[in-house]
Amino acid sequence: MKIALAGNPNSGKTTLFNELTGSSQYVGNWPGVTVEKKDGHLKGHKDVIIQDLPGIYSLSPYTLEEVVSRRYLVNETPDAIINIIDGTNLERNLYLTTQLLELGIPMVIAINMLDVIEKNGDHIDLKSLEKRLGCKVVTISALKNRGVDKLVKTTIEEANRNHIPDIPAIYEDATLDLIKRIESDLGTGIKDSAKRYFAVKVFERDEKVVEENNLQNVLQAYSNDIKKIETEEDDTSESIITTQRYMFIADIIDAVYKSGRAQGELTLSDKIDKIVTNRVLALPIFALIIFVMYYISVTTLGTWMTDWTNDVLFGEIVPGAVTSLCQTLHVASWLQHLIIDGIIGGVGTVLGFVPQILLVFLFLAILEDCGYMSRVAFIMDRILRKFGLSGKSFIPILIGSGCGVPAIMATRTIENVEDRRMTIMLATFIPCAAKTELIAMISSVFFHGSAWVATSMYFLGIIVIVLSGIALKKTRWFNSEVSPFVMELPAYHLPQFKTVLMRVLERGKHFIVKAGTIIFAVSVIVWFLESYTWSLQYIDPESAALSKSILRTIGEFISPIFAPLGFGNWQGGVSVLVALSAKELSASTIQTLAGKAGVASIFTTMGGFSYMLLNLFNPPCIAAMSTIMREMGSKAWGWFAILYQVVLGYVVAFIGYQMGTWLFFGGSFNAFTAIAILLIIGIVYMVVRPGYKVDELHGEVVKA
Amino acid sequence: MTSLKEVPVGSTVTIKKLHGQGATKKRIMDMGLIKGSRVKVTKVAPLGDPIELTVRGYELSIRKAEAELIEVA
Repeated sequence: MKIALAGNPNSGKTTLFNELTGSSQYVGNWPGVTVEKKDGHLKGHKDVIIQDLPGIYSLSPYTLEEVVSRRYLVNETPDAIINIIDGTNLERNLYLTTQLLELGIPMVIAINMLDVIEKNGDHIDLKSLEKRLGCKVVTISALKNRGVDKLVKTTIEEANRNHIPDIPAIYEDATLDLIKRIESDLGTGIKDSAKRYFAVKVFERDEKVVEENNLQNVLQAYSNDIKKIETEEDDTSESIITTQRYMFIADIIDAVYKSGRAQGELTLSDKIDKIVTNRVLALPIFALIIFVMYYISVTTLGTWMTDWTNDVLFGEIVPGAVTSLCQTLHVASWLQHLIIDGIIGGVGTVLGFVPQILLVFLFLAILEDCGYMSRVAFIMDRILRKFGLSGKSFIPILIGSGCGVPAIMATRTIENVEDRRMTIMLATFIPCAAKTELIAMISSVFFHGSAWVATSMYFLGIIVIVLSGIALKKTRWFNSEVSPFVMELPAYHLPQFKTVLMRVLERGKHFIVKAGTIIFAVSVIVWFLESYTWSLQYIDPESAALSKSILRTIGEFISPIFAPLGFGNWQGGVSVLVALSAKELSASTIQTLAGKAGVASIFTTMGGFSYMLLNLFNPPCIAAMSTIMREMGSKAWGWFAILYQVVLGYVVAFIGYQMGTWLFFGGSFNAFTAIAILLIIGIVYMVVRPGYKVDELHGEVVKA
Repeated sequence: MTSLKEVPVGSTVTIKKLHGQGATKKRIMDMGLIKGSRVKVTKVAPLGDPIELTVRGYELSIRKAEAELIEVA
């Protein structure tokens, strides 16, 4: 048996889902989109699968979540729907209910937040509500686990007897009459019980539904009748339906609901919000919250834990134990080298970030669960949307200064797909912990350890994010659809331990699994390339291994690419390749290759500078790249993001080296300098050219 | 015509008509802002945009660009 769980965002759906399924959850993505898909077995009923649908306000065709949900409900017809409703906000929550009821699927309404309703002294006449909506209504408190058993029992009963809800009397006579006529012409391809849903979609001229079900002829036939009603009502058919649904709900609310609070009385949440999003205090409070989060998860606790994991756990304890084990077992020296330097070294570097990442996820989950995350968007929206980002992009970018992987995963809190993609592409441009090691090395070797190098690299990161955002926002790729900023600011509540914990563990699991698979494979490949010659002779790592390895040949082969950047030698080529797998290695590889002669023997000052620039804007590491691939939602978008970073890194380093050499180091003006100037002009053009803008009145994207 | 954008913070108004089309208009309406709805402008964000509304007993945030499409009386 399949039961779908549907409801508005912030209705307590996740809490109920956790309560219903316990730990038996499977988390993935809906096919082809980055909308999270969760299902699990009902506790105590192994044969019942609960399918969690995305939190939605409507079944309109305008957001991915809504389209995914209605496709599932219509095409895979679950045996029953549990429609969870926030009992403290009946009016808006019932809007989705009126749409779900027309699908012709057995349904039970679960009015959640019973504890809050009781505390407020609100009264809901359940009998009357059941009668008006034509389906069973149960009150629950998902948080306190009250009424959930009854909900499960009722839902299974309704599914077993296949009880289709009566169609509620929503529409006015003229509209209803036309909808009924459309119903009679839908043909045999559509089940009788679902005819109301499809007829309303035809009336609304919902292109997706009409196309997918070949209803063009029906729409054509009734087009004039629809137009007639639209003229009479002076509104679009879509709006007519919405208005009538809300009027139907208003009548219900009048009849069944009595608020226990006096009108205009402020709730605790209102009082908190008065301070937290206050015009004067909002920004300082936001800065303080961000500071605490950053200080604990990136600067102090997180770094201590990461350093310990890297230096002690994977630096001494694990390698020490494995070495002595290998010696007792007389393992061949090459295999020992593979296990300790290749695998433990490679996977360990990445696993070292796990504590930091879990802490970041913990803070994010708390901010999301308590309701502050939407306030972040509210506060920051004005600045960030100028760069094609969303108010919520601020947090991923900030986390990016610690590690790119959790930064990219943090973009999940951004609902709008284009904003999310843009944030994923740009979040790793702020130097992460691994890149700061490289900055420190370059600064100490070439710039007398000046602190200005690090500071200016952070500023350059921000400038590149801003310019990239502006330039990309002007392309057609980031203007495919109108995405209005219409966002609920949910009531604050205390973060719930179980919800927060499950979210942290689930996100952390993805990262660890990735480290265990992709990074494991890449570690072995890199180890092999640097430990063997072309005739597959193993090189003793104690000798100058890299100078004879396969990796050196590859480095030599690709080195001409980096000649215009000032480091066209094999050491440069090898370092760029190794650094692409992990920026932690961008400094150490160079130092190893240079040996006693020092880094300055490989790079000139400008060459070292441009090597740093290249690495700052190249994709951070294999882990980040695979996270980008996953979170972008499609291979094409994933490659686009990675390619953008690769090309951008090269262009920035190219301009930096050529202009720097010409202006500050007395280099002659040559063809490369000219190309650098042309590139600058190109960038300026991309940033200042007219782009697209949203024509709000006509609801479309037009050339500015 | 007065749009919701021009309504001072703290005032409550009634929606007269929704302009605009497609996704934006539909989204605004789905959230309960329809002809006849009572809306209170609760707050303006610290940087001047977006604004916060109270409608149908809950808090909703929209940009001024969207508020401009909502004609009020």
